[in-house]
Amino acid sequence: MIKIQNVSKVFNAGRPNEFTALSTVSLGISLQDVTVFKGPSGSGKTTLLSLIGCMARPTSGRIFIDNREITSLPERFLTEIRRTTFGFIFQRFNLLAGFTALENVMAPAMPTGEKYSSLRKRSLDILGMLDLDHKADSKSEWLSGGEAQRVAIARSLINNPSIIIADEPTAHLDAKLSAEFLAIMEILKKEGKTLVIASHDPLICDSPIASRIIEIRNGEIADNSAQP
Amino acid sequence: MPKSIERQLHLIDFTVGSILRRKGKNGALLFVYALVVFILASVLFFTRSLRNEAASVLANSPEIIVQRTLTGRCQFIPIGYADSLRTIRGVLSIKPRLWGYYYDGGFGANYTIMVPLDDTMKQGTIAIGSAIAKLRKSLLGDIIPFTGYDGNAQTFTVAKIIDHESALVSADLILMSEMDYRAMSGVPSGFATDLVLTVRNPREYATIAEKITRVLPDTRPIVKSEILRTYDAVFSWRAGIVLLLFAGTVLSFFIFSFDKATGLSAEERKEIGILKAIGWETSDVLAMKFWEGLAISLMAFCLGVLFGYVHVFFGAGFLFAPVLKGWSTLYPSFSLTPNINAGDMLALFFLSVVPYTIATIAPAWRIATIDPDSVMRS
Repeated sequence: MIKIQNVSKVFNAGRPNEFTALSTVSLGISLQDVTVFKGPSGSGKTTLLSLIGCMARPTSGRIFIDNREITSLPERFLTEIRRTTFGFIFQRFNLLAGFTALENVMAPAMPTGEKYSSLRKRSLDILGMLDLDHKADSKSEWLSGGEAQRVAIARSLINNPSIIIADEPTAHLDAKLSAEFLAIMEILKKEGKTLVIASHDPLICDSPIASRIIEIRNGEIADNSAQP
Repeated sequence: MPKSIERQLHLIDFTVGSILRRKGKNGALLFVYALVVFILASVLFFTRSLRNEAASVLANSPEIIVQRTLTGRCQFIPIGYADSLRTIRGVLSIKPRLWGYYYDGGFGANYTIMVPLDDTMKQGTIAIGSAIAKLRKSLLGDIIPFTGYDGNAQTFTVAKIIDHESALVSADLILMSEMDYRAMSGVPSGFATDLVLTVRNPREYATIAEKITRVLPDTRPIVKSEILRTYDAVFSWRAGIVLLLFAGTVLSFFIFSFDKATGLSAEERKEIGILKAIGWETSDVLAMKFWEGLAISLMAFCLGVLFGYVHVFFGAGFLFAPVLKGWSTLYPSFSLTPNINAGDMLALFFLSVVPYTIATIAPAWRIATIDPDSVMRS
């Protein structure tokens, strides 16, 4: 269970451009489910994903993952959790420019000290699973939108995380590629992964794979009872 | 292989990929960086080698040389002065030397002509330095004509080509017999160019030099250590001039590299954010930046030193030679004996590699300690 208790996030606190992205949000997210945060742009979805994924710290409140409080952990431990527990799929994929698809997939596991041959094989296997093995040596900037996203998915899986976080994963995809994405998510769900997705795309929000829809507006939970 | 080593290898692999992505930018940086190291290394190699050559020349030179002067100008010294010098306690031996210069108009070169102290050369024969042999394409048994002081030509047979570990010692040297030297130069018998003294106790040099000027007021004693000091000062001064000439280049480079190293581009900031987000620790990012800084600066250092070495020892330092050597004193040309001083190299290494590597890490550390979310948003 991911437990969020009275979490607030204020950017530029004390400055004229102070902005409250999240305001005393509390909720629980079941593991091995697909949870979708729904809401318009600027509602606080990405901020909430960042906080859950240990990419930022809340201004106040606490977050627990499997009853372990992560908000007060030092940076080193947060990195360790980020690496071992979470896999990230960013809105614009955020692949490393100039590196090949394979190198992008290998990147998260490089600091683990895994043997190169084994890491390369695992990366190729994941790319193969996503039908991208033929693009392994292509530079990330040469990939199409759908290919780039599948590389981003492969990268999120390389450290075998239990939770996948995806921020607006279909924002830059057409309907066909969005459907492909959902099909991959379904496979991951069946494998027992927890998926936390932020999206305002009806394709995702109305998808049968979503176990729970949580609507966020103006940094607050508007409705977390909706079920597909 | 231990995981820590495997991790470093992964980071190095990633760094190399990262450097190769920006070939143009990093190539330009490497070129300018290597150029600066090349200049510094060339000056260091050149001055160090000249100093060593000078030390080598003087290694076997007499401890005290006595010259006769008249209104400050050198004159031939009467060999009979040796009798007065023998009265000074501590003087072991006194020998007259005959030497001078000869300008070879045909080849535009200046030679040093000398009579060996033990006068071992047979009359009519000469021993010539390797540079003269090369310049005149002379072989053993060849006959070389010289014009004497009276305008008459005199011919000599090359009996030996002098080889020495230091080219400077022998490059322009011609050895001949005393009879031949006097006939060619016109130095009358009973006179020498100077007198050389050996002294029993090195700590007495100064005292004996003082006594010489008292016994023979028209003479000037020259102590070896004074010559060494003079050479040292001259070459240090010349090296300083060259460095001053290039100070602008060096300064521009430091500003350029400081700007490059300390300011991260938006792309680099975002990349650090991504790496942190996907699970890299701050230490991983810093290690990557460390390898990046080290790779560029070490490569520049090695290239600069290598080209500096080739420039000085194989190219005769053609870029700085006019300033560092002077124009007339070291002709005919000679190759410097390769010589590398570990202290100089270490100083150059710490002045070039270390600051750049640190300057590369510092800005990355600032970014890497910020939440990845903030970095990626900015």
